[in-house]
Amino acid sequence: MKHMKLIIIIIMLLPALCQAVDDGYGYPFPSSYGATILGTPDALKPVLPAKIKSKRLVLNVIPGLTKPDIFYYNEGLRCTFAYQKKKAPLVFLIAGTGSGDQSPKLMTLMKAYYQAGFHVVTLPSSTHPNFVVAGSHSHIPGDLTEDAVDLYWVMESVWNKVKGDIEVSDFYLCGYSLGGTQSAFIAKLDEERKIFNFRKVLMINPVVNLYDSVLRIEAILDKIPGGSQEVSKFLNSVLYRFTEFYRQGEFVSFNETFLYAIANSKTFSQDDEAGLIGASFRIASGGMIFSSDVMTNGGYVVPKNRVLSSNDDLSQYLRVSTHLSFINYFEEYFYPYFKKKRPGLTKEALIFSLGLKSIEPYLKSSEKFGVITNENDFILSPEDLDYLRSLFGERTKIYPRGGHLGNLEYKDNLAYSVDFFKQEGGKQ
Amino acid sequence: MKPVSIRRILSALCLALSLAGCATTVILPPEEPAMHSASEIKGEYVAHEPDPWVRFNHKMYRFNYNLDKYLLLPVVKGYEFVIPTVVQTGTSNFFSNISEVKNLTNSIFQLKGKQTLTTLGRLVTNSTIGIGGLFDPATSMGMENQPEDFGQTLGYWGMGAGNYLILPVFGPSNVRDTGGIVVDEGIRSVIVNAVNPPGLVYGGLTALEAVDKRHQEKFRYNGSEYPFEYELVRVLAGKKRELEVMK
Repeated sequence: MKHMKLIIIIIMLLPALCQAVDDGYGYPFPSSYGATILGTPDALKPVLPAKIKSKRLVLNVIPGLTKPDIFYYNEGLRCTFAYQKKKAPLVFLIAGTGSGDQSPKLMTLMKAYYQAGFHVVTLPSSTHPNFVVAGSHSHIPGDLTEDAVDLYWVMESVWNKVKGDIEVSDFYLCGYSLGGTQSAFIAKLDEERKIFNFRKVLMINPVVNLYDSVLRIEAILDKIPGGSQEVSKFLNSVLYRFTEFYRQGEFVSFNETFLYAIANSKTFSQDDEAGLIGASFRIASGGMIFSSDVMTNGGYVVPKNRVLSSNDDLSQYLRVSTHLSFINYFEEYFYPYFKKKRPGLTKEALIFSLGLKSIEPYLKSSEKFGVITNENDFILSPEDLDYLRSLFGERTKIYPRGGHLGNLEYKDNLAYSVDFFKQEGGKQ
Repeated sequence: MKPVSIRRILSALCLALSLAGCATTVILPPEEPAMHSASEIKGEYVAHEPDPWVRFNHKMYRFNYNLDKYLLLPVVKGYEFVIPTVVQTGTSNFFSNISEVKNLTNSIFQLKGKQTLTTLGRLVTNSTIGIGGLFDPATSMGMENQPEDFGQTLGYWGMGAGNYLILPVFGPSNVRDTGGIVVDEGIRSVIVNAVNPPGLVYGGLTALEAVDKRHQEKFRYNGSEYPFEYELVRVLAGKKRELEVMK
């Protein structure tokens, strides 16, 4: 059965495979956007345990926090904890922009580390609505230094909750995308706080500078017809074409076969794929902006002092929040907040603080870091890649393709991620 | 389901909802307009589905969330903990086989010859070789499960979906499909009356079926904690039904 599935997938992928260079790396999708959307076919993922010993933790990390009724379902900050019965190292995993503690990519990483004998704790991204409401002290996510403090506090809370139940030999830290970059800032904080003394830190597809990377994502929205203002119209046309393709084909359900068939059908162009990525980013950032605005009563997209009830129609807020670009958020909401907090702060200084360069001396001085990324990750410029190489030297692993996170679940990548922590000689 | 039990559920529902309505009022300073509002945006909405009963639907969404949280999910959790996986699968197959009757009647209503034969083949194969539906040998023999219901039949013959409607327990639906559920349940009760099983057995099976249904359904109300989950579910549920009717 497994072989049958593999054969089907290989046949479906033939056109894509033919374009791939024979470079000894078996990840199939050559295009950056395509890889990002399609991820890794099941047959090319390693065999991971279906069920592991794990539980959901719901933490009250901000005592006295009052949550508006509209977030009635937010019961606290959610983390997932997978535990071994024997003494083992513990790895904290941090999600990327907009993802929760049980996002599919985190669950795969969790199982891979668990299989290799680690305890694992997964954390939502500080940009996920769950964290914006229940984990962030300012409720305004995006500042790498402040988010690191919040994330570190959550990690401490988790540790206090579970340390009586498990035996831990060492601590490790890993994050992907924004979570990767945040890992560097958390590690730096840990050098002062010394709660965990992380032995090694792995950054998967990190951003070098958050501001620059988000501008790159926003720029790809320009590829859709009519530009980023027409994001709704674009999504409607995608939905329509998706439906038509399904209607006309002999598909019984939405599954991998359907997904690869549509990917190979030329139903969507490169620009469409790019647009889809930009649009899904907007959907995530819209949820973040709205949650933040409600929590701070900021009057940004919701009228100041308005009390929303859980029966209210939120369509209008969805519309306005997803139409705001990151530049809007930065200029009109994020920067004014920090300027008020740190008088004299210039825009340039704030942007500089949103990147690895702001902690460069520390990163250069430590040998605990490792980076995995891809030559064609569209959130990085060629200069960014060079910068990562210069910072981390041979601890930088750059795969020839995979887009942004597309190959995270590919078996070679996961093996590398696990080995990075398992290798002997992880230095302090 | 018998009419009495529906009435009972509805009255319990009304009580729960009226209790949920009790909230304290806080006096706040007057509202100030937001920096950005939807009125400044031109152009299309994303898959904008009309939803005239949005406030009621939101209430039902929250009701289902609470029903899951305090009743259904704890029961399902216990079920999954106590019952061996093999038995769980057998149970799911058993109820899936019973629902082939619904698939069959509605395939006939839609005059789908090939599908009717496949569904009949599944029902016969799984009821016999599959030992009363506990196993599903039909799928591996190439007869795929093709769910049909009366809502789809109505759609097939050209009836529009009507207003979006979130039902207690059943979840996202619309006026047409709600009617469909009533008809499918009616046909079912005719068959049940003909078989006439002992009340206790029937009651037990109905409860087990409800547990199995929730066990199989991975969707969790507000599971994403995304503030616009309701809006996304509305679009996706609508699209999904549209596609099911097309097939």
